[in-house]
Amino acid sequence: MTEPRQPEDTQNGISRRNFMKNTGLLAGGLVGGTLFGGLLTNQLQKPGESTDSGKEDGHLLEARIFFSNSEDFLILSAATERLFPKDDLGPGAIELGVPYFIDRQLAGEWGTNAKEYMKGPFLQTGAVDAYENQEDMDQDKGPNAETQIPTPAVRYQTPMTRGEIFLEGVHALEKTAQEKFETNFPKLESEQQDEILQMFEEGKARMNGVASTTFFNLLLQTTIEGAYADPVYGGNRNMDGWRMKEYPGPRMSYTAEIEAEDFIVMKPESLRNYQGH
Amino acid sequence: MAKKLKKVDVVVVGSGWAGGVVSAELAKAGYQVVTLERGKKQDRQDYIGVKDELRYTNRYEMMQNLSPETITSRVKMEDTALPVRTRAEMMAGTDLGGGSVHWAGATYRWRAIDFELRSKTIERYGKEKIPEGMTIQDWGITYDEMEPYYDKWEKTAGISGEPDPLGDKRSNDYPNPPMLASPAVKLFKETAERMGYHPFQVASGNLSQAYTNPDGEKLNACMFCSYCTMYGCDFTAKSDPLATVIPTARKSGNCEIRTNSLVRRVLHQNGKATGVMFTDTRTGIEYEQPADVVVLGAFSFTNNRLLMLSEIGTQYDPTTRKGTIGRNFNGQFNITFLGARGFFEKKKFNLYAGAGALGGTMSDFAGDNFDHSNVDFINGGGIELRQYGDGAISSNHVPRGTPKWGSEFKKNSVHYANRSLVAWYTPAVMSWWHNYVDLDPTYKDEYGDPLLRITNRYTDHDRNMAKFGIEKCSEIMKEMGADIVDEDEVPEEFDHIYSGGHYAGGIIMGADPETSAVNNYLQMWEMDNLFVVGGSAFPQFGGHHPTSTIGALAYRAAEGVEKYLKEGGQLAEAKQQTLNA
Repeated sequence: MTEPRQPEDTQNGISRRNFMKNTGLLAGGLVGGTLFGGLLTNQLQKPGESTDSGKEDGHLLEARIFFSNSEDFLILSAATERLFPKDDLGPGAIELGVPYFIDRQLAGEWGTNAKEYMKGPFLQTGAVDAYENQEDMDQDKGPNAETQIPTPAVRYQTPMTRGEIFLEGVHALEKTAQEKFETNFPKLESEQQDEILQMFEEGKARMNGVASTTFFNLLLQTTIEGAYADPVYGGNRNMDGWRMKEYPGPRMSYTAEIEAEDFIVMKPESLRNYQGH
Repeated sequence: MAKKLKKVDVVVVGSGWAGGVVSAELAKAGYQVVTLERGKKQDRQDYIGVKDELRYTNRYEMMQNLSPETITSRVKMEDTALPVRTRAEMMAGTDLGGGSVHWAGATYRWRAIDFELRSKTIERYGKEKIPEGMTIQDWGITYDEMEPYYDKWEKTAGISGEPDPLGDKRSNDYPNPPMLASPAVKLFKETAERMGYHPFQVASGNLSQAYTNPDGEKLNACMFCSYCTMYGCDFTAKSDPLATVIPTARKSGNCEIRTNSLVRRVLHQNGKATGVMFTDTRTGIEYEQPADVVVLGAFSFTNNRLLMLSEIGTQYDPTTRKGTIGRNFNGQFNITFLGARGFFEKKKFNLYAGAGALGGTMSDFAGDNFDHSNVDFINGGGIELRQYGDGAISSNHVPRGTPKWGSEFKKNSVHYANRSLVAWYTPAVMSWWHNYVDLDPTYKDEYGDPLLRITNRYTDHDRNMAKFGIEKCSEIMKEMGADIVDEDEVPEEFDHIYSGGHYAGGIIMGADPETSAVNNYLQMWEMDNLFVVGGSAFPQFGGHHPTSTIGALAYRAAEGVEKYLKEGGQLAEAKQQTLNA
């Protein structure tokens, strides 16, 4: 459903236990049948062949278009799941399609920094760190705090695009896993993965070109975005991110609800509904 | 060699509230106007069906593409400024209607004292109250003189509101009644009232009812869909230039609006502007547009940079404190809008619904409405609680101490998604000798022209004011019944994040040509047929949001341009003042 991989997990360097835990097959098993079905079908499917095309949610849009290396994608997936894990409240990052969301974001305008100022000279690495102290920028500050991304933004002083930062970051996650635990990042126990992610969050991990906090902040930002953006971008699958938060999605009007004292839960609708398709 | 076009009466740079109002007024008066907009054509149809938080809020769909041009930023004169590279750090509106299309709609008149801040402060507290190095000054115009222009703009925009009980004299009520109040807004207003304050509903550019403005433009009632700030309104229920002054300008038959037209120089000869040079961004072809009057009505950064690149006026030099172009950079950044966030266990609000200007406010701690004898700052600002309508990505507020990721984060972010409210202080930001703009020596745009450089740092005065506001907001939030109240921290230093669009100064107005670049008609002292309109004219910021002051100044400037076209010459008398600073 979420990850194209061979039937034998070991071939891809991921333990079945962790994979199942991450995708929620053990905990909850919300869509277990569908998941297995999709997974198996995917393996048998030839490229370009569509299977459940009659279904609205057939994930036909799912394939990597940025990460050319499937191992990298597995590392990314495992990391996002730790940032936004599956629990009693609902699905985690993998089940919500977050890795695919990130993959697509990196393949596009945002990932290639198409609309950012990328001319030199660039202040080089060592000095960059001073500008990546994220403590000054938290979610409650700034005139548009209400509408800002929930992760700290850092000043961007590198010739690397976001796509390049992600690739470096994923490689650095793997390298750190090897150095610290002599195992592939996706194969580690959750607690070990958390330990590594925390090193990145605190800028204690080593990365090329940028501080590890820069990568970590981008990873966290996109994970949250992938959980809650409109499903049209490949994340927030089935609007399950919205369901957890009781967020109704884009609507024409709330005039009838705006004065209501009680909380009103609505069935979520997406841009697809809103634009009338 | 630029291709020379046919001369017109007036060429206007920019199509937001500043450029748009001037274009409409002069076109209505029968003058031939050309309005140049660097961005693309946009209208209401472009926003129908695009209520998309990721695209507009997180990916800045309506903001200027920074790859050809940005600004650079530093804190102190000794620092090397670095480019502000991403749109998460630098938001400037673009496309037809400019930043005025994605504004939230909150509408405040600035207070009488804001326009005479220096003299009134000295009058009440003595000269010592103004700290050394603070370069605040009077605007060369009083609130009473500004009032008719505020009134005119409010009618054009169809502002919906109720008067501030502590506000200055108004000639008329707002043209429309206030918006409906949500339970969160009611809770704020009732609490503030119980505490002895004077709350009222934020006056709004999100209309409370269908309305036809004096130019015949029709607007609809707001539906509280929540897609205002960072979005264009798909229902013509938020007043913006696309719904008001741009169609008015077009209808007149006298205004040609050219999009994809990036103005790069003001052309001038013998102390008079002769027109502008612009590049068609689709073809790269350069044009010269001659005109009798040139009006710069773009974002404050652009107004400043155009004058500097065109070598008009005298660049401000902080070491000598002389020169007027680039002086008194001011605005609202991360030292403003600080306050307190409350988390409620027993209450759940429909926070997905809202509107950009839906909110309650009070001005008990604004301007000179409270005694400053025992506080170590001057002026002040409003306290606001707004219900913008939270998007799902942005509604991840969690109590302090919650990890930023992982299961506890997820649990708390989901739990509090509809249970947290924030109140903030919107204080006036004062001007200082060390905060200014000039051209960067290193970084260039795609044409090889230097970028604009901003030098800006905080003072104890700024931090004292912010701290005061945070405490007041926190008291209110506790009284509102929040179970957890998290107070914002006062930042040590400017963070170089240029979000929000409230950046001003540089081409400031005043009565004295020694310390101001434009007179009270926004006409340049040094070039009679050049008017510079917008937030760039603010000598210092007021304690509330800036839009209606920009709208009012645009009406004032339009009157000035017309007067100039009829009579010529300087429209205001220069008055030498004692040099401040």
